[in-house]
Amino acid sequence: MKTIKTSLLTKIAYGVMSASLSLNVLAASDGKVKIGVLADMGGTYADICGKGCVTATEMAIEDFGGEVLGKKIELVSADSQLKPDIASSIARKWVESEDVDTIGGLVSSAVSGAVSKVNLDNKKITLISGSASNSFTTDACNAYNVHWTYNVEAMANGTVKPMVESGKKNWFFITADYSFGHSLESVATTVITEKGGKVVGGVRAPLGTTDFSSYVLQAQASGADVVALANAGNDTVNALKAASEFGLTDQMDIAGLLVFTQNSQAMDPSVAAGMRLTTGFYWDMDDQARQWSARFEERHGGIPSMIHAGIYSATMHYLNSVKAVGTDESEAVIKHMKQNKPNDFFARNAELRGDGRMVHDMLYVEIKKASERKNKNDIYTILKIIPANEAYAPMLPQCDFS
Amino acid sequence: MTTIFGINLFALFGQLLVGLINGSFYALLSLGLAIIFGLLKIINFAQGALYMLGAFCALLALKYLGINYWYALILVPIAVGIVGILMERFLIRPIANEDHLYSLLLTFGLALIIQGAFTHAFGSSGLSYSIPEELKGGIRLPFMYLPNYRAWIIVASIITCVGTWWMIEKTRLGAYLRAGTENPKLMQAFGINVPLLVTLTFGFGVALAGFAGVMAAPVYSVSPDMGSNILIVVFAIVVIGGMGSIGGAIITGLGMGIIEGLTKYFYPEASNTIIFLVMVVVLLLKPAGLFGKEA
Repeated sequence: MKTIKTSLLTKIAYGVMSASLSLNVLAASDGKVKIGVLADMGGTYADICGKGCVTATEMAIEDFGGEVLGKKIELVSADSQLKPDIASSIARKWVESEDVDTIGGLVSSAVSGAVSKVNLDNKKITLISGSASNSFTTDACNAYNVHWTYNVEAMANGTVKPMVESGKKNWFFITADYSFGHSLESVATTVITEKGGKVVGGVRAPLGTTDFSSYVLQAQASGADVVALANAGNDTVNALKAASEFGLTDQMDIAGLLVFTQNSQAMDPSVAAGMRLTTGFYWDMDDQARQWSARFEERHGGIPSMIHAGIYSATMHYLNSVKAVGTDESEAVIKHMKQNKPNDFFARNAELRGDGRMVHDMLYVEIKKASERKNKNDIYTILKIIPANEAYAPMLPQCDFS
Repeated sequence: MTTIFGINLFALFGQLLVGLINGSFYALLSLGLAIIFGLLKIINFAQGALYMLGAFCALLALKYLGINYWYALILVPIAVGIVGILMERFLIRPIANEDHLYSLLLTFGLALIIQGAFTHAFGSSGLSYSIPEELKGGIRLPFMYLPNYRAWIIVASIITCVGTWWMIEKTRLGAYLRAGTENPKLMQAFGINVPLLVTLTFGFGVALAGFAGVMAAPVYSVSPDMGSNILIVVFAIVVIGGMGSIGGAIITGLGMGIIEGLTKYFYPEASNTIIFLVMVVVLLLKPAGLFGKEA
């Protein structure tokens, strides 16, 4: 009995080993490009990177011509459900047994972190287009991370700096009580103190809080000049609603540190008008952007978020590099991606740095009043273009993989 | 400024009032649930989805039919109530004699379907509904600025809650209803149409969720997941108040709002958890809930 067991075990072990060996051989270079898109298909972030992220990637593949290295480009997509464990097992299945070469989309920093680890183990490129945390190019940096679109530093630099410089020195934070909110708050706090301002108080509100009136009252009592909302999605919308209702907007400025186009559209103009924020992309910024956005809107049924535009741009840059180096082998592709500057309707004055951070010009915008809006998509006035090198923090030497 | 034990009293009053406002919301929502739960013994997990449906109905009625807030306040609960009646008649009744778990699973599934359909149709970012003109602005109290709409929430909710409690506990119709759920066979022998009574009660409980949805539309973001966020809290309130106790649900709703408000002031990180903490303590000390009758 014992011998049977042992031999069975040995067989299984051999089987597993040979299977993984053959997989590795396959993965090394099958010459066929397969892109995976992980998005939030039905959760809080479905509007900013759900089906739209798949559509934008499809558009990039079509615009590229549909094939590269003489073979048709394949696309697979799945719902991360915003759960890191689910995302991680999907990613593992894709890269280890379905020959996926790169995974894009990736909204929510926890999901992106999990996928980035799987990809690092398998030497596959992670095209992060939807997450905010700056950890992918700082404390959790690796040679296969590519972080497109935006991050918390760009948001804080873009929105906080001009306000502190204009004399708004005292700040109060309403922060989403999880890793993203904390990192946004800490990056913003650094900017505030560097510019000579100070943080007079703050509250940590649990994610998904519907009633912010209590926090608004605390902000009111703090005597701050600016109330910063270090949260996202419905949290921001609900916080702003309460702020306007309790008259906070008349006394203090509100700074939304991460507001997506879809959230701005969801807010009542009488409540949100005048709020300033930073974004990586706005559909109406110029002709090139308008043309692409019109095509996207026709297919998707709504204007693109910066994440939608970002994933298109990232995919395009990836495909261009695969074509240029003539292989889908990750090291060669990422090297080319970093050596050649992306340039399209989204990536302006852009560069993919050695740490995988894609820096590009950001926009400082103001939400329009109802009377200024020509149609439902007309929501921002662009106040200023923030140059790429001012928007993003410099590269850390230990994260330079160029 | 007046302070006591280092706490700013004005700020504390503000938090208490805000807590009371939230509490009246909780009371309104838990009332519907307590009626369905307490009288019909149906665990209606779709209550949150129907609350969301109420908010969306108000919004769509304004956008496409030009029905303003005040009419919506009456029409939307009726519409949502009809949805509830259809649900009870065609989905819940066929499994009425099964274990309670069946109705729980059925309504939970329905909630997911309704929520999924709305996410598909309207996206996840939510939509906005303006505060009606008549209730814009606010009153400046010595310790805080009270928006008129929030004051209206307290008034409307207390009227609705007290009215419902009175109807069920003090009128003949309420007596029929309580008797009909206690001993359906005997009541039917007296010539009372118990199944119809059950359907109408379910419809009424659901209509209350629709009403709460209309009340919520102007202050919260109208989004498909607004119901699922609040449902668990409301269930906890019904359990703390004592299953089946209408008055218990109302008083606990108000009380929990205030306790949550104070937590938001002293230790905001725990504000999501405090109600469940209270629930654990109450269940340990008094398993039937604060106002529930021991079985």
